[in-house]
Amino acid sequence: MAEYSVFSLLRNAFSATPDWKPAWRKPDPKPEYDVVIVGGGGHGLSTAYYLAKEHGITNVAVVERGWLGQGNIGRNTTMIRSNYLLPQNQHFYEHSMKLWENLSHDLNYNVMFSQRGCLNLANSTSQLDDFARRGNAMRHVGIDAELMTPQQIKAFLPALDLNIGGRFPVYGGMIQRRAGTARHDAVAWGYARGADRRGVDLLENCEVTGFLRDGDRIAGVTTTRGEIRAKKVAVAVAGHTGQLMKMAGIDRLPIESHVLQAFVSEGLKPFMDTVVTFGAGHLYVTQSDKGGMVFGGDIDGYNTYAQRGNLPIVEDVMSELAAMFPGLSRVRLLRSWGGIMDMSMDGSPIITAGPLPGMYLNAGWCYGGFKATPASGWCFAWTIARDEPHPYNAAFTLDRFHRGLVIDEKGQGSTPRLH
Amino acid sequence: MLITCPYCGPRDVIEFTYQGDANRARPDLHSTDQAEWNAYTYDRVNTLADHAEYWQHSGGCRAHLKLVRSTLTHAISSVEFARPHAGHKPSSRRKPGAST
Repeated sequence: MAEYSVFSLLRNAFSATPDWKPAWRKPDPKPEYDVVIVGGGGHGLSTAYYLAKEHGITNVAVVERGWLGQGNIGRNTTMIRSNYLLPQNQHFYEHSMKLWENLSHDLNYNVMFSQRGCLNLANSTSQLDDFARRGNAMRHVGIDAELMTPQQIKAFLPALDLNIGGRFPVYGGMIQRRAGTARHDAVAWGYARGADRRGVDLLENCEVTGFLRDGDRIAGVTTTRGEIRAKKVAVAVAGHTGQLMKMAGIDRLPIESHVLQAFVSEGLKPFMDTVVTFGAGHLYVTQSDKGGMVFGGDIDGYNTYAQRGNLPIVEDVMSELAAMFPGLSRVRLLRSWGGIMDMSMDGSPIITAGPLPGMYLNAGWCYGGFKATPASGWCFAWTIARDEPHPYNAAFTLDRFHRGLVIDEKGQGSTPRLH
Repeated sequence: MLITCPYCGPRDVIEFTYQGDANRARPDLHSTDQAEWNAYTYDRVNTLADHAEYWQHSGGCRAHLKLVRSTLTHAISSVEFARPHAGHKPSSRRKPGAST
């Protein structure tokens, strides 16, 4: 498949585009692979890409029950940041940020990574202190962070109501200027194309129905397109981790599945050029390159696998948006959607070998999986290839919950509903 | 989503507070079995379809309820009071015959 370049664009711009080929092949499953990755979303595809690119393991299949990028990679608010407090998360997400910064070049595919900044508003003095602490912790390890005064915020984001409805005055904020957004579908397509070009088989419409065993060891998967044996089986299926693990005989995990809704308004002229979060409630909003306001808030708050939410959260999110930006109160909503999240019990992910021999697990992304896509795949590929974690994901084990080593970024204890 | 409270009748979900998975049993309070407490604290069955769970009618009569709700359709197939399921035993310190 051809490289995309200015010359290929020009050549095809003046022809009937006979050179454009599908971005990836549609192969039939082989009977056996070195690695089978269950889940053709962002994390599964990036894992396949880095397995091939970084570790030279190309006899790999990605098994996806629908089409590539059908799941949460295509249903999120596209925000990217690495503004974390705890060292385990800092190193991991900053690695992700560095991969994002070179991703379009690396993939030869424009993922439209836009470093428009992410501003967290502080709506109390104690929250501002907390941001100062977090920002200092970030700067201490070389991640950019700046505190902003209300005056600076007013100049930076004129549309914002600094009183937020009169109830939540803005005392300041913390901005990470390298944070931003990316085109989420392009991320999936770019990784898919990159993996395919290195020989990875992307098997769509291929639903996993069970696991093959060789003694105690997981030795492959049964699918709707036949049995596929594999030396290693890696699972990266976001909200359905629990269901897949039940097929493997594991009936309890430190994970609950919840729905998170998100919204897009009709397209507007340029209104704001950053990502901004509302600290007193919970709302995050940005403007897409097409002009729509893209925003979301809390999860609905109870276990669900229904890919739609209920109205109370819609009302909650809308009221917070209208309070922050009164100018948006009469903007019409274009669409909303709900994605199923793996809410882990400490709010941090799981990237690990196990829990069964021959199996590798990538799960528990809560609602922060998109920004992690590059580092998640990079670390998961390392773990699969070398049978040991990279230092970046060494803390993200499954047994940390039982060993008292939880990574509780928000300090909220063991609840899957708040993170 | 409507939840039919046994006291108050059908009410909107905004009157209720979700209190989590009812598929786990709290260990005996005197238990020092770490594995048992860890499993209770962290591990979940995460059921697809009919899911037993606790809710409180916090914006109404404040009763604690146990529901069976489909996690696929939100259809609620049973609502009952949580108390018989909570596993609380009367305190042994209470004197026999003392009024509550």
